[in-house]
Amino acid sequence: MSAAEAEIRWLDRPLYRGIALFIALFFLVAAAGVSQGSASMLLILVQATGFALIALGLNIQWGYGGLFNFAIMGFLMVGGAAVTFISYPVNASFWNSDGPMLLGRALLAFLIGAALVYAARQTRRLGLRGFGYGLVVVLAWFIAYVIYRSQIDPAAAYIESTAGFIGGLGLNPVLGWLFGGLLAAAIAYFVGKISLGLRTDYLAIATIGISEIIRALIKNMDWLTRGTMSVSPMPWPTPLPQALQANGVGIADSFVQARLGFLALAVALLVIIFYVIQRAYGGPWGRMMRAIRDNHIAAGSMGKDVTGRQLELFVLGSILMGIGGAMLVSFSQIFDPSGYQPINHTFMIWVMVIVGGAGNSWGVLLGSLLIYVVWVLSDPAAQLIFVNLSTLTQNMGWGAIPEIDSRALQMRVFVLGVVITIALRFAPKGLIPEVIRREG
Amino acid sequence: MALIELRNVVGGYGGAPILNGVNMAIEQSDIGVIVGPNGAGKSTTLKAIFGLLRVTGGTIEFGGRNIANSLPDALVPIGLSFVPQEKNVFTTLSVEENLEMGAFTRRDDFKDTMDWVYQMFPVLAEKRRQPAGELSGGQRQMVAMGRALMSKPTLLMLDEPSAGLSPRYVIEIFETIMRVNKEGVGILMVEQNARQALAFASRGFVLANGQNRFTGTGAELIADPEVAKSFLGG
Amino acid sequence: MDELIFFINRVLISGTVLGSIYALGAIGVTLIFGILRFAHFAHGDMMTMGAFIAFVLAGLCAALGIVTPLPTGFVVLPVAMVIAAFLALGIDKGFYAPLRKRGAKPVTMLIASIGVTLMIQGLIRLIFGSGTRSFYDTEPKDIFRIDMSAFGGTRPISITEPQVLMFVVTALLVIALHLFLTRSRLGKAMRAMADNADLAQVSGINTALVVRVTWVIAGSLACVAGVMLALDVALMPDLAFNIVLPIFAAAIVGGLGHAYGAIVGGFLIAFAETLAVFNWTAVLRPLNGLLPEGMALPANLALVPTEYKLTVAFVILVVTLLVRPTGIFKGVST
Repeated sequence: MSAAEAEIRWLDRPLYRGIALFIALFFLVAAAGVSQGSASMLLILVQATGFALIALGLNIQWGYGGLFNFAIMGFLMVGGAAVTFISYPVNASFWNSDGPMLLGRALLAFLIGAALVYAARQTRRLGLRGFGYGLVVVLAWFIAYVIYRSQIDPAAAYIESTAGFIGGLGLNPVLGWLFGGLLAAAIAYFVGKISLGLRTDYLAIATIGISEIIRALIKNMDWLTRGTMSVSPMPWPTPLPQALQANGVGIADSFVQARLGFLALAVALLVIIFYVIQRAYGGPWGRMMRAIRDNHIAAGSMGKDVTGRQLELFVLGSILMGIGGAMLVSFSQIFDPSGYQPINHTFMIWVMVIVGGAGNSWGVLLGSLLIYVVWVLSDPAAQLIFVNLSTLTQNMGWGAIPEIDSRALQMRVFVLGVVITIALRFAPKGLIPEVIRREG
Repeated sequence: MALIELRNVVGGYGGAPILNGVNMAIEQSDIGVIVGPNGAGKSTTLKAIFGLLRVTGGTIEFGGRNIANSLPDALVPIGLSFVPQEKNVFTTLSVEENLEMGAFTRRDDFKDTMDWVYQMFPVLAEKRRQPAGELSGGQRQMVAMGRALMSKPTLLMLDEPSAGLSPRYVIEIFETIMRVNKEGVGILMVEQNARQALAFASRGFVLANGQNRFTGTGAELIADPEVAKSFLGG
Repeated sequence: MDELIFFINRVLISGTVLGSIYALGAIGVTLIFGILRFAHFAHGDMMTMGAFIAFVLAGLCAALGIVTPLPTGFVVLPVAMVIAAFLALGIDKGFYAPLRKRGAKPVTMLIASIGVTLMIQGLIRLIFGSGTRSFYDTEPKDIFRIDMSAFGGTRPISITEPQVLMFVVTALLVIALHLFLTRSRLGKAMRAMADNADLAQVSGINTALVVRVTWVIAGSLACVAGVMLALDVALMPDLAFNIVLPIFAAAIVGGLGHAYGAIVGGFLIAFAETLAVFNWTAVLRPLNGLLPEGMALPANLALVPTEYKLTVAFVILVVTLLVRPTGIFKGVST
């Protein structure tokens, strides 16, 4: 056996392959640090950690459960809105106005509407069927909608004109992250309830639709989220660079130190969650989930509650997405609903999971860090190419390439597309594939 | 020279082979019937001839050349036609469109072939504009056969044409098959109604475990006490 | 009378415009699903791509000093359709065919189509930048005003030239598609393959050819829809990305795999959207005279605020999936 062959065999073992890839990743990040400066490197690392959390969430849904979720962007936005509400300073002008009272009335209207719809659905028990039943339910929905709109519209207009928006509660951001997870879980529960029974491709379209609905709501409910006007500055759970500067740390050092602090917290959270996931995956729970994914008919006939377990996975994954989304908003200190795009916040996560290796947490961790670094670095790389091309075209007398900055940014999108197609074609199981352990 | 001749055909869906050496020869005047227990490789033999699964050994000679592993769009033009057992009509297409699809590979005028099919199955002429999905089971079987005949085949292969039909229709289908055969189309079919089918078969093949057990005329096989005992239910 | 004219301008005309675009897009989505059994997510970007092809061709015409009586973007449409069809074939050969050969699952195909989406979108933005462009930089947009004073109206019914062209072209294409599917040998083979792909193969139908024809039709129709949209509104790299979801909604509501259903679904979604954001007060204002003293209709009586227009399609989609997953016409099951 030649040396080259031996090396290939050696790399085929997932463990060694994983270690080798992580070492390669380490050098890539280190190179980025050298070229971009350590403050930028830390920025990338913190954000990559946030995306790793989100990707682990998708891995629970897709890798463990085979569930399609294209609503990731929606869950990230929910997380962001949640942390904004919890951690942003209290807006006294709202609480001192009639706003809370008006919102209370809107809530009451909402409850009345909900009761109405519930009552309409109960007419089935009175023997109403078919068209009559449908008519009653639709009518109830319509009336409930009108009642709610009649209360929420004036309340929203009043709050927006007097206090701007309802502000936050001024609590610790970490509480906000947890609340983000909780809120995402609640929404995931309802989304899962109505849509998990659908066929995969229908589920994909339905979840995209749901995430667009969430985006439209958060973007336009100015009274709640300030909408496109965006909320900033958001507090950090760890000392901000400004606070460190007040204590006499130099400006350049203050950014490095502050981001190191945030990174430590984020990594600690990631490590805890990663450990819990790995334990659960290796245990009876993970075995059951894999059994359901690989053959849900057989699992169902063995008495496993397939739909219930799938809903469980969907909710668990969404919690991580909510937490990750909240953390990213905290870190960037701004919540801007118009900054969310399906490409950056849904498809990129998918690329991370597929390239890394769906079903393998280590693979997904690697994939998320790798893809995020590639995503961030493809912008300056493209700029470099464009600038050189531009001088070339200038020399040839064709004039410079216009709008280099904004175009170079789009290179990321193209690179992402290329990566995903190459991965599907040549490594459909990912860089570090799921290891199927067979007992006995 | 036989119309089609299988020599030691071995094949399967990738895993362990299902056919372990099948031998058969059919003349254009023959009605060949394949019988045997479940899992013997009866339908698989037809699919192997028609290129729907991989043949890994042996030869299939049709009209003097080896057609093993050729695909249907190459086989239909040279005179092979196949009626699958299930889902053998286009349910959303009209009866006439179903027939046209059978003539897809023909570039000449197939009007007379269609008249011939309608002559053979007058009930289809009445329902030519109706979606095939609205027809009864027996009529669907006629559409399926009609579709297969539209390419003017020299060998028509049928996979359990009588499956799921009431006894009245079974006889009707068998009579139709004999009529088609008289018009000069060789027949090779798989049948569960073994005794009934062998009764009019000129060639009978008993398969078991992907191999020939007995070969002979239909009458010979029915008369063979061992065949009767093991495969025809006594 | 003015109220009726307002209704015609705001609902009838813009609903039909939107419906035409949705229908042309949804036909492609539904045909690809019928033949290849996967949700082709990149369809919206094939529309954008078609629009940009026409834009480049129109620019070439302008540079060569060719002046046409009709909008240039419209005149170059046939050429753009041909180019778009070839690109669609290339995309299939490069990205989908290899996966199909491997027997990849529909989900994998769907993810691959997202990869294609990202590539097309990235390329378009790389080449054209992310700004908004218009076909009407060099020529004016003609608006036809039909005077309604004879009927007692003070305002005219107004309709732009591209809108008129769009109605005509959509109608012609739908008729052509209908004739193709019901009269031609290949069109029938296409329906047969959508109905039962295995039997189509057994019948000797050249399934690879049918797949190619499907891409040609889907690609060229997407090009028309994209150009129409660009002519009616403006040309942006994310032009159709925002529209791909209503198009899927239209295809699903109409029953996936069902070409006529897609057309109906397209118009249904378009009119639902237009009617939902329509301000009914404008039409019901004469009723103010009937109301008692001191009461008036609210200034805005739209069912849904304009900014939630897109959500209408999804609500219809989700309700359809829950109540009747096969669509209004029975679609292809699995």
